[in-house]
Amino acid sequence: MSTRDKVIAIIAEQAVLDPSDVTMESTLEDLGIDSLGLVECIFAIEEEFDISIPFNANEPAASDFDISSVKAIVAGIEQLVTEKA
Amino acid sequence: MKRVVITGAGTINALGHSLAETLAAMREGRCGIGPLELRDVDRLSVRIGGQVRGFDPTARFDRQQLALYDRFTQYTLAAAQEAVEHAGISFDGELALRAGVVFGTAGGGVGTWDENYRTVYEAGKNRVHPFVVPKLMHNAAASHVSIRYGLRGPSFTVSTACASSNHAMGLAFQMVRSGAAPVILTGGAEAMLCFGGVKAWEGLRVMSKDACRPFSANRNGMVQGEGAGVFVFEDYDHARARGAEILCEVAGFAMTSDAADIVTPSREGAARAMAGALADAGMATEEVGYVNAHGTGTAVNDRVECAAIADVFGAHADRLMVSSTKSMHGHAIGGTGAIELAACIMALRDGVIAPTVNFEQPDPDCPLDVVPNEAREARVDAALSNAFSFGGLNAVLALRRL
Repeated sequence: MSTRDKVIAIIAEQAVLDPSDVTMESTLEDLGIDSLGLVECIFAIEEEFDISIPFNANEPAASDFDISSVKAIVAGIEQLVTEKA
Repeated sequence: MKRVVITGAGTINALGHSLAETLAAMREGRCGIGPLELRDVDRLSVRIGGQVRGFDPTARFDRQQLALYDRFTQYTLAAAQEAVEHAGISFDGELALRAGVVFGTAGGGVGTWDENYRTVYEAGKNRVHPFVVPKLMHNAAASHVSIRYGLRGPSFTVSTACASSNHAMGLAFQMVRSGAAPVILTGGAEAMLCFGGVKAWEGLRVMSKDACRPFSANRNGMVQGEGAGVFVFEDYDHARARGAEILCEVAGFAMTSDAADIVTPSREGAARAMAGALADAGMATEEVGYVNAHGTGTAVNDRVECAAIADVFGAHADRLMVSSTKSMHGHAIGGTGAIELAACIMALRDGVIAPTVNFEQPDPDCPLDVVPNEAREARVDAALSNAFSFGGLNAVLALRRL
């Protein structure tokens, strides 16, 4: 499974949707994922890829990690996975 | 209905080991938050906290006591001793039969859980100390204070996360007011600054890694603290009859529930609790000079709390002083309301308003006088103390100068 597919699977599970309903253009808001859901997603992604994602719920815009869409999240994870390797 | 007054106070927290030390630090606007000193701190991503420093349990308690006292009980007993001595009260005869203890804590003996999980899971041992259960139970502190002072009336512990102490003190107030008990020792404690206790909070991603800056536009989260606050709540007539020094009056209390989100606070729930406390006290909004805010330093709490204060106080909100002492002692979770009541006593009794330290940038969403960085002298006739917990359970006390 690609990084992209793994991330989509995690987000889909959090949103209680089928992975095919999650597109790269979807935003977390479109998918009905609130701030608690986001924190759970980030935890699941960190566990899956053994990475640390810089994210503080008080200042989501302050870190370089972009959560504006599924596409941005996947790109951010791919970068963190690359940096780790 | 009886009038209820506070006749004794004690606290231990990151700012000091007594009420006097704590109030002196608040006057100076000194921050007690610093690098955490605890086992495995290198595995934490949040490494600051408002730790009680220089506290030597072995100097206060003997070996048998220490086998039974988790840190939260140790802090409570230290604060209770100060409060009882301050009140100059002795519990004999009928008074001992009717006086009680009502405390709040969110986690109880978290350190005891932590240590013993290490023993069985990490060290792989199959045996733990026989007193693990009586040491970690939430009511351990209340029970040991009851035992220590021979208080044989109503005693119990309430647990409502960050509002625990305020719920406890509110219930103590109601019990003294109703005549159910002439004196209640009340307040709360928390001792969650251990590896597991901090790690759990890290998970929520609402913690600051550098400082607690309530109401400041650049705030980035809460910082954990620890400690205890204990107060003697007494029937006014009883206090007068024995010639006690009165620190202030507890005039009203209200609690509400958001019935909404498990972590996000509600403006409406907070506002109803403040308005309810004013109504219970028969207090006009214009009487209030100071609000000790919940003020956690998270983006959402401070914004919502300021909006709720504006809803309740209207134009008078601009004349209120509103500060968060969590900026100095950290968020002592279930014990925080009790530590913060000390700041209310200082405002009413001494006319000194504790500041919100680490305030760097005004936030248009928090357009109140947050007493930035420096304490202020001002005569205050009435004050509110706010506590809003995870789970949406709100508890607000209204106090008056006497």
